[in-house]
Amino acid sequence: MSQFLEISGLCAQIDADGQEKQILRGVDLSIPPGEVHVIMGPNGSGKSTLSYVLAGREDYEVTAGTATFHGQNLLAMEPEERAAAGLFLAFQSPIELPGVNNANFLRTAVNAVRRARGLEELDAVAFLKMAREAAKALSMAPDMLKRNVNVGFSGGEKKRNEVLQMTLLQPTFAILDETDSGLDVDALRIVAEGVNRLRAPTFSALVITHHQKLLDYLVPDRIHVMARGRIILSGGPELARQIDQEGYTKFLAEVA
Amino acid sequence: MPAVTQTREAVEKLGQSTYKWGFETDIEMDMAPKGLNEDIIRLISSRKEEPEWMLEWRLAAYKTWQAMTEPKWAKVGYPPIDYQDAHYYAAPLKKPGPKSLDEVDPELLRTYEKLGIPLHEQAMLAGVEVPEGERMPVAVDAVFDSVSVATTFRKTLEEAGVIFCPISEAVKEHPDLVRKYLGTVVPAGDNFFSALNSAVFTDGSFVYVPKGVRCPMELSTYFRINAKNTGQFERTLIVVEEGASVSYLEGCTAPMRDENQLHAAVVELVAMDDASIKYSTVQNWYPGDEDGRGGIYNFVTKRGICRGARSKISWTQVETGSAITWKYPSCILQGEGSVGEFYSVAVTNNRQQADTGTKMIHLGRNTRSTIIAKTISAGRSDSTYRGLVRVQPKASGARNFTQCDSLLIGDQCGAHTVPYIESRNMNARIEHEATTSKISEDQLFYCRQRGLSEEDAVGLIVNGFCRDVLKELPMEFAVEAQKLLQISLEGSVG
Ligand SMILES: Nc1ncnc2c1ncn2[C@@H]1O[C@H](COP(=O)(O)OP(=O)(O)O)[C@@H](O)[C@H]1O
Ligand SMILES: [Mg+2]
Repeated sequence: MSQFLEISGLCAQIDADGQEKQILRGVDLSIPPGEVHVIMGPNGSGKSTLSYVLAGREDYEVTAGTATFHGQNLLAMEPEERAAAGLFLAFQSPIELPGVNNANFLRTAVNAVRRARGLEELDAVAFLKMAREAAKALSMAPDMLKRNVNVGFSGGEKKRNEVLQMTLLQPTFAILDETDSGLDVDALRIVAEGVNRLRAPTFSALVITHHQKLLDYLVPDRIHVMARGRIILSGGPELARQIDQEGYTKFLAEVA
Repeated sequence: MPAVTQTREAVEKLGQSTYKWGFETDIEMDMAPKGLNEDIIRLISSRKEEPEWMLEWRLAAYKTWQAMTEPKWAKVGYPPIDYQDAHYYAAPLKKPGPKSLDEVDPELLRTYEKLGIPLHEQAMLAGVEVPEGERMPVAVDAVFDSVSVATTFRKTLEEAGVIFCPISEAVKEHPDLVRKYLGTVVPAGDNFFSALNSAVFTDGSFVYVPKGVRCPMELSTYFRINAKNTGQFERTLIVVEEGASVSYLEGCTAPMRDENQLHAAVVELVAMDDASIKYSTVQNWYPGDEDGRGGIYNFVTKRGICRGARSKISWTQVETGSAITWKYPSCILQGEGSVGEFYSVAVTNNRQQADTGTKMIHLGRNTRSTIIAKTISAGRSDSTYRGLVRVQPKASGARNFTQCDSLLIGDQCGAHTVPYIESRNMNARIEHEATTSKISEDQLFYCRQRGLSEEDAVGLIVNGFCRDVLKELPMEFAVEAQKLLQISLEGSVG
């Protein structure tokens, strides 16, 4: 059994207008170090919820199951502790922070995790140099660092900004929630390269996507299909191509 | 009962650790007996070796005050103040010479050090991230309780013809200027607190910038309330002549106290043709403990008059302290084409109450005013923005833009916006925008996912919310203000 990321029997619900709504109904998933895993599945099946629960969003109540990261009980940690431990979530819908300068936000975040990881903090000059290089590698306009976090960013710019944050925060486990949605082919390739640059024997990723295109660049190790709050099927890279061609209906019918 | 004592101690400890500036300096004080009457006023005046006209002025104000009653219209509540139960004069006994720092009581210098007051340039530059060459020197006039003890950078200012000195000194050395302007913007009888101030004011600053002079440095006064039960009544008068300009910084802290301390300052600004005055305040007086015990009552009258054409007065304030704040820095826009600005951040936490805002009185043609007010409420605090925009019949072409934004943290606090608009001119254009928001869970979670603690996340979001105001502050103050915002909101989430 790998000690990297282990999810077992994970159930989670949300309080929606006073009604408890069960979303995750027993998720089992194991990701070894150095691998890229993919979750596909119809809208509303719980993919984003899984990523939020792993990242520690408090609105979701975990009612059963476990999740460990490097053998640690992930579910007992604060969101910022999970971040410091190396978990990163690229949001499906990145959040706007009005008035907060992007570079300043990034530097505050980078130094917060560096502190937690026992590394020296970066001064403004060293940080800016690093941030500019990373932004350039993602073909981001230099002024994106000066703008307010995600405010007035186009869909594609927001997604690139997520990848920029990921690059700078140096996670060991990244969850990308539909980071490819709404990107044109060039942007898609740039984002995929951003992920590939992080690939290492100590880095794993969980990529949530609907499209084969991103996977052409990423070359995943495993594909999982999620439906109604459960992983219903897992397979090799060919599973994604099959889904891309035939849709989910056939697979859902098979397990139903 | 021991249990009560323990609780008190625990609460005090909490207060100690959350209010960074809570300490008391042991300096021998020359203190007037408690109480307020004509004799006390005579005593103040004689201690300050004032000319006869000044004493007469004070006594007249005292008569006016006696006939007035305390205003009750603000949305703040506090136990009645016993005006006879305070000392109206307190001065350090060993009066240091103002010419050189060596002559200043070392104990006092240590206080300044603790406060982080930049008395000399080295200290001033410490910890501030400004690139070389962009820095403007700052002259500091420190008010320690009632007497201004040290004035720096005097020479440079003198060479430029700028007068920057304690007002008590100005009364003696520049009596014509003081007599000409004192009380012209805020008459003694303007309100209860200004009348009280006029009767008993003990110190404050006087600034005079002659025609055509751009003041070569930013002028800064640090106010500080130290002795027990001394109300502090500063009086500041700034006169800027034709084509001249000045930027003035006012910072305030007070050590912790059990009794509430009254603070009723009066600030008057006068701007002639093409003159410009920028007045910035960072106020972090002791706000009281988590239950609202102690803390400063801050009842201030600040007003500027744009007498000259195209003159400009700009108020910027960051108010994080005091138990109760009652403050409306205002502009009277008399000169044609004159400009008034008000940029404000008011933060209340725990049991703090703030009722603050501005008045823009448009008298002249084509006068313009801008109001940006950001209110942040946390804990069980209550904050009110109260603003008046008045356009008089002659003020054709007057324009005002007002933006009031409130940010709520938690669900036990309150924020209120009370804009009064009175336009007596058909040509005036007045725009008002107001928003109320909460720090969203989405924003907090996003920041925390990136590794920020909840408090850092709140600090970042709050600073973002206040950016339009903070960017108006001089660099030195902006850095301090950002830290203050964060400190004053500690413990407000989670
Ligand atoms: N905050 C919420 N309140 C109410 N329902 C929610 C909330 N979050 C998710 N859901 C519901 O849970 C289900 C799964 O949502 P989600 O995890 O976003 O799915 P996916 O990412 O796979 O499209 C959906 O039916 C969605 O409406
Ligand atoms: Mg989703």
